Amino acid sequence: MNITLKIWRQKNGNDKGSFQTYQLADVSPDMSFLEMMDVLNEKLIRNSEDPVAFDHDCREGICGMCSMYINGRPHGPLRGVTTCQLHMRSFKDGDTITVEPWRADAFPVIKDLAVDRSSFDRIMSAGGFVSVNTGNAQEANNILIPKEDADMAFSAAACIGCGACVAACKNASAMLFVSAKVSQLALLPQGRVEAKERVMKMVAQMDEEGFGNCTNTYACEAECPKLISVENIARMNREYLKAQLT
Amino acid sequence: MNTLDSKIPPGPLEQKWTKYRSTIPLVNPANKRSLEIIVVGSGLAGASAAASLAEMGYKVKVFCFQDSARRAHSIAAQGGINAAKNYQNDGDSVYRLFYDTIKGGDYRAREANVYRLAEVSANIIDQCVAQGVPFAREYGGYLSNRSFGGTQVQRTFYAAGQTGQQLLLGAYSALMRQTGMGTVKMYARHEMLDVVVIDGKCRGIIARDLISGKLERHFGHAVLLCSGGYGNVFYLSTNAMGSNVTAAWKAHKRGAFFGNPCFTQIHPTCIPVSGDHQSKLTLMSESLRNDGRIWVPKQKDDKRNPNDIPEDERDYYLERRYPAFGNLVPRDVASRAAKERCDAGYGVGTSKMAVYLDFSFNMKRYGTLEANKRGMHHPSEEEIKRLGREVITEKYGNLFDMYKQITGEDPYEVPMRIYPAVHYTMGGLWVDYNLMTTIPGLYALGEANFSDHGANRLGASALMQGLADGYFVIPYTIGAYLSNEIRTKAIPTDSEAFVEAEKKVSETINRFFEIKGTQPVDHFHRKLGKIMWDKCGMARNEKGLKEAIQEIRALREEFWKDVRVPGSANEFNPELEKAGRVADFLELGELMCMDALQRNESCGGHFREEFQTEEGEAMRDDDKYAYVASWEYKGNEWQLHKEELQFENIKIAQRSYK
Repeated sequence: MNITLKIWRQKNGNDKGSFQTYQLADVSPDMSFLEMMDVLNEKLIRNSEDPVAFDHDCREGICGMCSMYINGRPHGPLRGVTTCQLHMRSFKDGDTITVEPWRADAFPVIKDLAVDRSSFDRIMSAGGFVSVNTGNAQEANNILIPKEDADMAFSAAACIGCGACVAACKNASAMLFVSAKVSQLALLPQGRVEAKERVMKMVAQMDEEGFGNCTNTYACEAECPKLISVENIARMNREYLKAQLT
Repeated sequence: MNTLDSKIPPGPLEQKWTKYRSTIPLVNPANKRSLEIIVVGSGLAGASAAASLAEMGYKVKVFCFQDSARRAHSIAAQGGINAAKNYQNDGDSVYRLFYDTIKGGDYRAREANVYRLAEVSANIIDQCVAQGVPFAREYGGYLSNRSFGGTQVQRTFYAAGQTGQQLLLGAYSALMRQTGMGTVKMYARHEMLDVVVIDGKCRGIIARDLISGKLERHFGHAVLLCSGGYGNVFYLSTNAMGSNVTAAWKAHKRGAFFGNPCFTQIHPTCIPVSGDHQSKLTLMSESLRNDGRIWVPKQKDDKRNPNDIPEDERDYYLERRYPAFGNLVPRDVASRAAKERCDAGYGVGTSKMAVYLDFSFNMKRYGTLEANKRGMHHPSEEEIKRLGREVITEKYGNLFDMYKQITGEDPYEVPMRIYPAVHYTMGGLWVDYNLMTTIPGLYALGEANFSDHGANRLGASALMQGLADGYFVIPYTIGAYLSNEIRTKAIPTDSEAFVEAEKKVSETINRFFEIKGTQPVDHFHRKLGKIMWDKCGMARNEKGLKEAIQEIRALREEFWKDVRVPGSANEFNPELEKAGRVADFLELGELMCMDALQRNESCGGHFREEFQTEEGEAMRDDDKYAYVASWEYKGNEWQLHKEELQFENIKIAQRSYK
């Protein structure tokens, strides 16, 4: 396959940045998108050009590190698939593919396609946990949890923290990310004890980081590679309201 | 240092840990506040250790090269975590988990360490549940279990095919809680590039801020390396792209011995290589072997669609060779058996280097069970298929999706094609019972150490070991060292040893840029991987290993003459990071081959073709090789030290899964 790539190049956070166009021949349909980027980078290095910086690690869709905005969609065209699991067979010979970084004030660009998502860590530090020290725990099967609740908690906990929800949202809202953690812990008896405090603190930190508001477009759910449901946002809103009223 | 003191406590096996744990010196809370601990790596071992130590009151700094602690490669572990809870009433116990692990490791692990691991396994599940880890549950609300290889009980706890993710997010949440309280300072996007040793004790590290490129000096009363394994020496492995040996290797070069470097785990069920562009391999969890049956056609070079091959023309070779354990033999055994069939010409797929992993039989069984549960009396084939598919989706949905995404084939309809791939390294930094390396004050936890899995790790035991080390071992054993350090004031980082270490790191970085060669880093990494896979992989022999050593030396020389590293040191430069890691792999590879060469026996994942039984099973030599090979770095060569293994509680025997 022959592919034309329009890639966002930006030296660092202070640079203005612009698109550069690259041609790539002999792309195999079996290559993953990132393997195609590897081929491009090898070519650039051999030509004494600066390779494209991008984040990636596990390349099996679970670490949440990869983060490309491909043809106007976070993680590209397939639903429920991260960039690293996207393969070139999803494109056609002769295609032009546009690749950009996540764009959000709370995710400043580091270089090219790599952005700083440490704001997510700070939100987790604000309350995304159960306050239990090592050694405190009781016997595991003393806490019975209905299978349905456990399954729902698991679905929310499957979030990989990649930030696609923020990148997809016209307001750059982090509601889906935050609500996934709030929901997981609100659904479990272990998390109920601190539920009020947790939702207040996490939402306050989310606002402080400069993420936008939710206007219910559901672009986040549509683009989430782990198919996290917007029901979590509704649950978080209920939790937040409850916490404010009591 | 010529003798290795494993510091195994005296007394009967069952009492060693409980008794020792109650007698380790303590550090009082006020003193803990002035003791600083550096943790390198934020996976299961690192995150659990850092959170636990901070909860106790120590001042902790955590370093990881990823952009967040949550991305460490423990996140990708799929199948589950073992614990001797005996919830299934199927005869499990601490002793049986201990026994299975020693036997699974082909009698090359320390009894005392493994027994301790089995003892604390149950506490890990309690701790994780308390954190809100959403393990799979039964309809009654109780925790669910499944089987893994090398055992005949169901002791594996799981969260679909994402158990590592859920456990790591649990440990990460504990870590983030401490970060929020200010007891842990996080250094994400930082890579450790050397340890600092002063008067024989480890006193800190040199790290590079990967965004600015700036080198930093950090003091610590103790340093914990929780930096994972070195499977990426093979280039293609199931490891993450960034997984590397650098932290452990730098420590090795400063005096920490390296234990059993040649013990590598080749996992039997991975998606086969599809082409030269391949950058990594993807695992299909061992848990799939619960419900999948492995087979090849009985006829060589059979080109039929697998669904068209009738039952009696299929060779379920694991069930045939190992009736007692069947598809659930340990990984080393299953991998070798797959290689044997493919080498003999029975492989499938375009490359002929693959075997089938088939779910149709169990999908039908589950469908029938489910139909019975729902009171459907005469379900059609279609209904059974649909119900069976639902059960399989709930157990392994993410894995089936992943397979389909990578291969373009639907494993609900056709059997998966799988082949062995490098997955885990049992070898690592040598540690004593306290998890301390041969450098006082420097510890190694999780996959980074060599200690618990012998020559082959059982499935679902890596998560167990990482969390055991971090939550329940190091918080106690570190007291043995730090109780003597309460008078040590923080050493200023402008002292000579720090300056010297940073200068050395800086010189290496500059050297990369001065070469201005013609080949990118990956070129050398791929070549190294090929040498390692061909000559130090699933099967090894004397001739191949000797050749490999020469080839690696030549490749290393070529690397230092012809590598091209673009950009500069003072910027975000992923190619520079790769260059440093590959430079270390190029040294480690040689040591792995040397280790494989000196071990004139076959055991676990180490299969020397010269040493096998008539049936092609690994043939150990317990008289000569029942030891840990522990290597000391001596400039341009290595010296071998042997830690003899004592088996006082288990009768050492030929491993049999028949």
